[in-house]
Amino acid sequence: MMAARARVALRLGFAGVNGQAIEAEGLVRVFKKGPRAVDGIDLAVASGEIYGFLGPNGAGKSTTVHVLTTLLPPTEGTARVAGYDVVREGPQVRAAIGAALQEAALDPLLTGREHLRLQASLQALPRETRKVRADELLHRVGLTEAADRKVRGYSGGMKRRLDLAMALVHSPRILFLDEPTTGLDIQSRTALWDEVGRLARDEGVTVFLTTQYLEEADVLADRVGIIDHGHIVAEGTPAELKASVGRPTVEAMPADPADRERAAAILARFGEPCRSERGVAVRLESGETDLAGLVRALDAEHLKVEHLQLHQPSLDDVFLAKTGRSLEGAAEEEEERARGGLAMEPA
Amino acid sequence: MHAFADQVYLLARRSVVRTARQPANVISPLLFPMLLLAVNAGGLKAETRLPGFPTTSFVAFALAVPFIQGALFATMNAGTDLARDIQTGFLNRLTLTPMRRLAVLGGQLGGVVTMGLVQAVVYLSVGLAVGVHVKAGPLGILVLLVFAVFVALGFGAVGALAALRTGSGEAVQGLFPVFFVFLFISSMNIPRNLMEITWFRDVATANPVSYLLECVRSLVITGWDGEALALGFGITAAITVISLAFASWALKVRMAR
Amino acid sequence: MKTLAVAQGVAWRTLHNVFTNPSLLIPSIVFPLFFFTAFAGGLSRVQNVPGFGFPDGYTAFQFVFVLLQSAAFGGVFTGFGIARDFESGFARRLLLAAPHRSGIVLGYGVAALARWAVTVSVLTAVAFAVGMHVGGSGVDLFGLYALGLILNVAALLWACGVAMRFRTMQAGPVMQMPVFLVLFFAPVYVPLSLLQGWIHGVAVVNPLTRVIEAGRGFLAGSPTEVGAAFGAAVALVLGFSLWALRGLRKAEAAG
Ligand SMILES: Nc1ncnc2c1ncn2[C@@H]1O[C@H](COP(=O)(O)OP(=O)(O)O)[C@@H](O)[C@H]1O
Ligand SMILES: [Mg+2]
Repeated sequence: MMAARARVALRLGFAGVNGQAIEAEGLVRVFKKGPRAVDGIDLAVASGEIYGFLGPNGAGKSTTVHVLTTLLPPTEGTARVAGYDVVREGPQVRAAIGAALQEAALDPLLTGREHLRLQASLQALPRETRKVRADELLHRVGLTEAADRKVRGYSGGMKRRLDLAMALVHSPRILFLDEPTTGLDIQSRTALWDEVGRLARDEGVTVFLTTQYLEEADVLADRVGIIDHGHIVAEGTPAELKASVGRPTVEAMPADPADRERAAAILARFGEPCRSERGVAVRLESGETDLAGLVRALDAEHLKVEHLQLHQPSLDDVFLAKTGRSLEGAAEEEEERARGGLAMEPA
Repeated sequence: MHAFADQVYLLARRSVVRTARQPANVISPLLFPMLLLAVNAGGLKAETRLPGFPTTSFVAFALAVPFIQGALFATMNAGTDLARDIQTGFLNRLTLTPMRRLAVLGGQLGGVVTMGLVQAVVYLSVGLAVGVHVKAGPLGILVLLVFAVFVALGFGAVGALAALRTGSGEAVQGLFPVFFVFLFISSMNIPRNLMEITWFRDVATANPVSYLLECVRSLVITGWDGEALALGFGITAAITVISLAFASWALKVRMAR
Repeated sequence: MKTLAVAQGVAWRTLHNVFTNPSLLIPSIVFPLFFFTAFAGGLSRVQNVPGFGFPDGYTAFQFVFVLLQSAAFGGVFTGFGIARDFESGFARRLLLAAPHRSGIVLGYGVAALARWAVTVSVLTAVAFAVGMHVGGSGVDLFGLYALGLILNVAALLWACGVAMRFRTMQAGPVMQMPVFLVLFFAPVYVPLSLLQGWIHGVAVVNPLTRVIEAGRGFLAGSPTEVGAAFGAAVALVLGFSLWALRGLRKAEAAG
């Protein structure tokens, strides 16, 4: 958080008068014979910020990105990107932004290197810098080896990385990434997160990133907007959003099931205990800071605990609270909880 | 035997239904040959004034072309469909059913033949509507339709062979220009004896498509010409037998994998 | 300035694809040669029809048609590429990079011309190799190639407009069919004066008739209807420029 603030301060000079890299007011996009894909969205993304746009399939994420990148005119409302109006000042907006869209916009017949060279010439980079820039970016996204192979033979992850490299050719100040990690394996996903984080941290690039993955928004974004049916239903830092739906819960599973009652009594000091499937759980009244005290208390009473788990409220809980639906499938939900939770062996 | 016929019928029906659901595949084999006929009948009408031209109606002369061209279209579409079956794994699924191997081929060709017959009826009706008189009479019309079915079967087997060997719709589409070349360097637009340039006449004479055209043409403008009919049916039968043999071998190879 | 960079990039990439992929390059060279062979080779007796009256022989007569046909279809083939780009999403990359999107159309136009230049060079070489007789002077021939060039641009603009409205490869026939019809509802095999009936009526009002007849006049060294031909060709370019630019606006509005 602090880092993000510092970054914001540092990059202020780059954006519009009030320091916003992306602003939108009452943005609406209606498709002919289609839904109101974007239905009155307000946005204010500070310069240097990583903004996560989280929502399920069909929520209107891509449509929003298309409007902000001048690929689609809005039906109503206004949007300014890098201080320029997306409708009236399209050329200036396009010069300031880079975008990797949801469907990687690549030509199967060109090689990776040719793509970057083409992009460099499309962006009118000086002729003598094009090759250097292409090599540098290929290296940065780890495609040096595959640079001279046709894109037809690239894997999904390689295509995504090349697409990202192409978006970066002209060193844009604002980067739009539409579901950059959908369909990628964990390894490629983490690599991409690192790269995006580095861009924002080291180069002060503003990143507008859409995703269906809670974890991605949580890990990467300074601020998250949750979108559903074309509306933003919640917005804030991941911590703020989670805090808004509740405090963390601790679940203790005694080694001897007969100890359940004793455990419940101890946990009661920290909040209202309730029985869970195999143990007792309590919502920590004063948040995570209670955790150490709780462990000490259990230890002091010589209660043998087999398993102790901290459940953080997830962004999914936020989504659930705001829309009444779960964002991801049940299987993924489980996975999320397992990852989000902190498993500890008792002392 | 009964089960076999059932299987062929099922697959042929699927093939026809599938074609019917891709309007482009229904319309283009009907529209394009008719357009080419219209264009050439208008543009080349002056040819009938050449000494030795066999008829005074260029439409009657050129009506043979749609039958062959339409069969090409049907073949390409059917071959592409079969290749898609291979690509999507549908053929593999058929392999796992008690379906007889030859029923797969029979069904596919049944579809092509049905489409070929429908097309032939349309071409013939258009010809009759614009005043073409079939010299060989009603029986000649019947023979003409039978011939159209044979041509569709023969070409269909070529398309199936290409699909089975390559398993790629694009490769099948790639055959189209080849067929096209055969069609254009034939007696499609002018009788062979009126071709002035020797090598062109030689190539057209060696080109089997010339005889398929001349077989249809003889029924329309000359009446009963035993030699033309024998050549046309003979060549079609040869194409059919050879490519069917290869296609069923290719199917065996593919389904054994 | 940046618009030119975009045009250059688009042209480079289109040409690069064509010239490194035999499956794209070969048809655009072989098809005109093939038509040339089939028409000039097979139908040469047609010049014996009373009243034909073209002094340089049937090969030269058909050369002009095939040259103009290759120009028109070269433009349409490039249009297929545009449709493919929209279908695959690659066009978005171009739309994002271009400050002024008309640079994209310009780039495709340059590519179409370069592509046709190769086709027509091969065609011309073959025609001279088989002993085509030419009555016209260098200036006359220049007139013929200039007509082809304008036609190439007109056809590209037409196809481009279609591609940008439909944004799918399935629009291929929509691009191709009208061009095919306009080309063939003209005096293809015989001079206009020998056409009869409905086709004569259609050919008389077909703007391409002027272009083809003037092209044949150039080759024979007796230019006729030059003003009408260039007027018709330029009118096609202007009309289709509007069509293409409005198509571009449609594509922009649809994303
Ligand atoms: N070109 C279009 N025409 C009609 N409807 C569209 C179009 N593009 C998107 N939609 C619809 O708009 C809604 C939002 O789509 P999208 O922005 O792609 O969502 P997301 O990216 O969040 O999955 C969906 O219901 C989608 O079907
Ligand atoms: Mg999307």
